[in-house]
Amino acid sequence: MTTTATSHRTRPPAQPASLRARRLPWYAAPAIAVAALALSAVIVYGTDIGGPVLVVVLGAILYLAGLFAAANAVEGRRSARNRTWSALIHSAFVLAVLPLVSVVWTLVSKGAERFDANFFQTSMNNIGARDANGGAYHAIVGTLEQVGIATLITVPLGVLCAIYIVEYGRGKFAFAIRFFVDVMTGIPSIVSGLFVLAFWVLVVSPWFNDGRPSFSGFAAALALSVLMLPTIVRSTEEMLRLVPAPLREGAYALGVPKWKTILRVVVPTALPGIVTGVMLAIARAAGETAPVLLVAGGGAAINTNPFENNQSSLSLFVYQQAGDASKYAPARAWTAALTLVALVLILTIAAKLLARRNRLSR
Amino acid sequence: MGETPHRSADAGTGGTRVTQSHEWPAGASARVAEAPVSTRSPGGNGLGGGGALPRSRKFGAERAFRGLTLAAGTAVLVIIAAIAIFLIAKAVPALRANTENFWSYEGWSPNETQPKFGIGTLAFGTVLSSALALLMAVPVALGIALYLSHYAPRRLGTALGFLVDLLAAVPSVVFGLWGRDIFINPVRDFSVWLNEYFGWIPIFGGDGPFGKSIMLGALVLAIMVLPIITSLSREVFLQTPTANEEAALALGATRWEMLRTAVLPYGRPGIIAAVMLGLGRALGETIALALTLGITFGISFNLIQNGGNTIAANIANAFGEANETGRGALIASGLVLFTITLIVNITARAIIYRRREFTESAA
Repeated sequence: MTTTATSHRTRPPAQPASLRARRLPWYAAPAIAVAALALSAVIVYGTDIGGPVLVVVLGAILYLAGLFAAANAVEGRRSARNRTWSALIHSAFVLAVLPLVSVVWTLVSKGAERFDANFFQTSMNNIGARDANGGAYHAIVGTLEQVGIATLITVPLGVLCAIYIVEYGRGKFAFAIRFFVDVMTGIPSIVSGLFVLAFWVLVVSPWFNDGRPSFSGFAAALALSVLMLPTIVRSTEEMLRLVPAPLREGAYALGVPKWKTILRVVVPTALPGIVTGVMLAIARAAGETAPVLLVAGGGAAINTNPFENNQSSLSLFVYQQAGDASKYAPARAWTAALTLVALVLILTIAAKLLARRNRLSR
Repeated sequence: MGETPHRSADAGTGGTRVTQSHEWPAGASARVAEAPVSTRSPGGNGLGGGGALPRSRKFGAERAFRGLTLAAGTAVLVIIAAIAIFLIAKAVPALRANTENFWSYEGWSPNETQPKFGIGTLAFGTVLSSALALLMAVPVALGIALYLSHYAPRRLGTALGFLVDLLAAVPSVVFGLWGRDIFINPVRDFSVWLNEYFGWIPIFGGDGPFGKSIMLGALVLAIMVLPIITSLSREVFLQTPTANEEAALALGATRWEMLRTAVLPYGRPGIIAAVMLGLGRALGETIALALTLGITFGISFNLIQNGGNTIAANIANAFGEANETGRGALIASGLVLFTITLIVNITARAIIYRRREFTESAA
């Protein structure tokens, strides 16, 4: 495994040529692997302490030990270390691929079960525990509205904030803003949900609602914008910094005031990058469950008005169906999860492709 | 802000220089070009010797736009301050009503007439599950990052790196659902096996039931933070100057020695920052843990028995039936979580800021 990887590399090989130093023959690594597997099978089944998984795990450990011993005897200690570490690095890769492939496979195979027209045209209103139907229309509406409102709030705010940091900000104040934008990227989504709960749902919304606190899709949009803001500011800031200075100088030389230069020259040049950042932020916000759970409340019926009453969202729908006792709930949960992942991945892939075409790419 | 030269600063000085070295007297266009420079000095008429230039207007578009951006910038600080203020304001009444010690009481029943709740077990569970997740995820993530940046053929490395970035975008509720429905079976088998042969170690002891345990939660968490740590540290490893790597190879280093002497030291601040960001994610993770942990209250190091709870998972689980004091109590626990993540993040940022080359946006 390691020897083939070495021969494919473009960099000069690290090992000295075989003319001078003794090397393990090409068949040594596979031979050790087979021997290690056989030995571990004998140990495991001989003492009856486990199944095939343990055979593979024990085999991998024996393989590493055997490889180190063999290389140490033939090629010397340094080369033995090199071989062992590269085997470890390759196995780390395999180890991580397994669960991630399992996630994707489960998502597709289980999600396809209810991936039909009915799912996208009905809500969960009047769907009892024994009803196989029911869909996520209300949740999709909720996700689109909440993320849309959050985008409308965040994009102007975030882009203006980035313009301040890059174009106008000087000294400690701008540094503080930059620093806290960075810190804000790490705010847990549930904390942003609690903040909007404490601020909007419990304090502000009673003013509009006869003194009673009210959940709403708009509150969820507020919570999502707290999460989206730092992402958008950071990516916009990076893009604005990449705009070449001569473009600005040219505009100033033509007598264009600074604000017009920014709006007509700097921002349009950086636009593809800014759009990429916005799309990545939207993708992240669409997948958030916790804030929607806390401030939008969730609901079974279709509610297209984001300013009144409970609203659901796709991710919250997944969570609620996962906690539902009905035997039809898991299928609905997986299909909603597949829909959500498809939405998020389409946005992410589009954003990455856009970033690749961007003239200002890093 | 002294570390990176501002483009706009270049532009400003460039503009002035052009005006000075111009052959003909300052014309109309040069005047306007000077205007934005003048607005930067707070006095308003910082025009130096250029008496012929127009005074900057008090309510011009330039002023308005500048004020607008300043307001947007200030909004960030306002939001952070507002988060702290509102959380504290709602948490204090509930903390006053608490009849037990908030820090040491083991349990969470804030909805009764004698509210009793304590953060100790939750904070313990949060820290334990995050620490375990990082312990498992970091070595694997670094291995993958090294594989993608230095072992895999370039095309394969780029393609797989793209895939890793995509996986970082998969919503946490999906991982939670997968962990609860699929991953629990191998983990339960593994727990039973560990209990049978290593039950004499306290962390693997107990009589069951096994499955919805700290171990399942930590494993799911590890799989979730894996793509984040991988993509950030891969970015850092790719930034290693080729000259350093080639110098190491030219001195006869094997590939592992090259990685150890050139790549890893160069990337160390980036790795630390990536790990801290992963830790921030893990600490704040809500839904995946709410689905995979068997919610119990009590401090226990046992990893494989049903149980475990975290601050965020408790908020998601207990919110439904919370009354006013209950909400206040949950907000108080959120405040503790906010403080913990704030400390982690500020530490991570301080490390990143020490090395300016690492400018990849950490979303």
